[in-house]
Amino acid sequence: METLASTKEAPTNSAVQSVSGSVAVLEALLAEKVDTIFGYPGGAIMPIYDALYDYNEKLRHILVRHEQGAIHAAQGYARASGDVGVVFATSGPGATNLVTGLADAQIDSTPLVCITGQVFAHLLGTDAFQETDVINITTPVTKWNYQVTDATEIPSVLAKAFYIARSGRPGPVLIDITKNAQMQLFDYTGYTPCNHIRSYRPKPIVRKEYIEEAAKLINAAERPFVVFGQGVILGKAEKEFRQFIEKAGIPSAWTIMGMSAIPTDHPLGVGMLGMHGNYGPNLLTNECDVLIAIGMRFDDRVTGRLDKYAKQAKVIHLDIDPAEIDKNVKATVPVWGDCKETLPALTELIEQKVYPQWLQRFRDCREKEEEKVIREELNPSGDVLTMGEVIRVLNELTGGDAIIVTDVGQHQMVACRYAQYNKSKSNITSGGLGTMGYALPAAIGAAYGDPSRTTVAIIGDGGFQMTLQELGTIMQFKPNVKILILNNSFLGMVRQWQQLFHENRYSFVNITSPDFVQVAKGFGISGKSISKREEVRTALKEMLDHPGSFLLEVMTGKENNVFPMVPQGRGVAEIVLTREEV
Amino acid sequence: MSKAEYTITVYTENQIGLLNRIAIIFSRRKINIDSLNTSPSEVDSVHRFTIVINETEEVVRKLCRQIEKQVEVLKAYYNTAEEIVWQELALYKVPTEVIQAEVKVERLLRQYGANAVVIRKDYTVFEVAGHREETDRLIKVLEPYGLIEFVRSGRVAIIKDSEGFHEKLKEFEYREPGEDTIENEFLDQNEKVFTM
Repeated sequence: METLASTKEAPTNSAVQSVSGSVAVLEALLAEKVDTIFGYPGGAIMPIYDALYDYNEKLRHILVRHEQGAIHAAQGYARASGDVGVVFATSGPGATNLVTGLADAQIDSTPLVCITGQVFAHLLGTDAFQETDVINITTPVTKWNYQVTDATEIPSVLAKAFYIARSGRPGPVLIDITKNAQMQLFDYTGYTPCNHIRSYRPKPIVRKEYIEEAAKLINAAERPFVVFGQGVILGKAEKEFRQFIEKAGIPSAWTIMGMSAIPTDHPLGVGMLGMHGNYGPNLLTNECDVLIAIGMRFDDRVTGRLDKYAKQAKVIHLDIDPAEIDKNVKATVPVWGDCKETLPALTELIEQKVYPQWLQRFRDCREKEEEKVIREELNPSGDVLTMGEVIRVLNELTGGDAIIVTDVGQHQMVACRYAQYNKSKSNITSGGLGTMGYALPAAIGAAYGDPSRTTVAIIGDGGFQMTLQELGTIMQFKPNVKILILNNSFLGMVRQWQQLFHENRYSFVNITSPDFVQVAKGFGISGKSISKREEVRTALKEMLDHPGSFLLEVMTGKENNVFPMVPQGRGVAEIVLTREEV
Repeated sequence: MSKAEYTITVYTENQIGLLNRIAIIFSRRKINIDSLNTSPSEVDSVHRFTIVINETEEVVRKLCRQIEKQVEVLKAYYNTAEEIVWQELALYKVPTEVIQAEVKVERLLRQYGANAVVIRKDYTVFEVAGHREETDRLIKVLEPYGLIEFVRSGRVAIIKDSEGFHEKLKEFEYREPGEDTIENEFLDQNEKVFTM
């Protein structure tokens, strides 16, 4: 029990020690190899923070400026590191401020363990100061949650929490601990990690029959098409995935969440799916004969109108979560299981193949998209800066090695369309929930999650103003975050929709911004604002070379639109390349 | 696909908050629960929910998957009315003097399979166990005589084809589940009992 650092409970030589619930919480974190906690103290979690005072050297605690910042930071940490993100927050408002992040982590399958303080057990249900029914508020947005009222439960409950958060399809877990349990002394016999819960099956059993069935379909296919999502990254199956597509020779497109699982310049990588994805992958979804979906969930932003989605294709769906099979798109062959196991089994049974003509179709589509959209976006002929050219120059400077964290909106779509990625876990964005304000705190977390890499947060002028208080966290703890604000002086994506679908009625999308460089300066962060093409490269270079965080604001075209687009309510094959076609 | 009455049987751990977790799976999708009952099961420590809803089979299948996804749920089955034996219990409180004077109590007891649970000077309580139509019918009969109170329980149901949960639970307790635990209806389409 040498890790026991608390001075309050005198260590004894026996195996059983009397420790507080709070110490047991911190011991559990150490046993789970947690090194960073994002949190904010308050009345009901004070005993844990008191114990933390003595664990300062073993557990790094990052004091955020708002609990939403804490949970998004933990998400960024989890996404960059592949480990569980950990959050501390107090009861009442501290806990309710976590809800957006929990919903985000739930829909994007991000492993988190959030520990909230709660009022004394005897006060539960009395409307005590800072009491809210956190368990019931968070039930729909957690994979699992549990309220601890007795310290003796803490080791086993935390063991369960970590096991549930990281196993199977990962997700957020919230543990609410009443103040009395945090303070209560109990006989502590050590921490045993959890690896089995009888009612919980993290991985469905892999059925050989289905692998065989799937291989048969793939081997007989003439125009097979792979669409993959974050499951490949969460399953740490990037290698297995590459071996599969390379042997099968199948063109493969990523969802926004699956992006970076293979390098963006992989010869079989044909681009991004979805509403603002690439032309070819959307159009040819409706021409393939076998659609192989791997670790993705057929979100409506990917499928467009469901009754016009891949109706001609036989669908093979690989997923670890049985509830995803047939949820939106009916599978011809479901392959339930962890893709780290199912992919190699499938690779073994498939024939080595190439589809030169079929792949050429994607290249032709790419050519058309280059001509109608990409060329002008990346190398514009007009004076105003485009978001795309900023990303292009960023690619040239980072070589695709940076972690790109994006917020939500036009800049997100442009960044995801054009950013280069060489390594997995490089694209961190709020995909399912679309949480504006995500990027800045998530980038802080990512900088701790993988400090060996450059972290660039690309944020719009709207989203930045939602969580800019986290500049204070950067000021105090100095994570190295490059903040790139693409400012079009509008809530651009909503403006685009109002322009295209609401007869130019710009309703409350005209957002004014403070002087972001001055704001950053107030937090002791260097910054710069540019609006001319000739400044882009030097300014981006200055940002990247700066020792420490840096804020760069780039003023871009006010009314630029993101294309191509699958307009809402239309099928993927009805993707349009220009405004005139909408 | 048309809607029909389905009875969902859920085997779970006995955990505070699980009822809410299961209930919100329905309410989130704006699906009304016609009847819900929680009870112990044939296995000590395992709880059993019986839920009745009116939906298409496709919706019910998806709901069952969402239910099974919950950490503390062991298994969810769904069945049509033909695949189960079911009962509901109803209690009727009526004024004793009216009943004595105007209703032939004996006929009532025989015809509707009712039992008198309490007979007091001021009121009498009858009980009927049976299907919905049977318990409904007695309401109609008693209403003219001043039905004071009526209440009906949630449905309890036994699955005809089920062999109970004892064996299944053993599978769950193994670290590596047997094939039987993770049945897959794509393979087992001929199975009469839906399992996942």
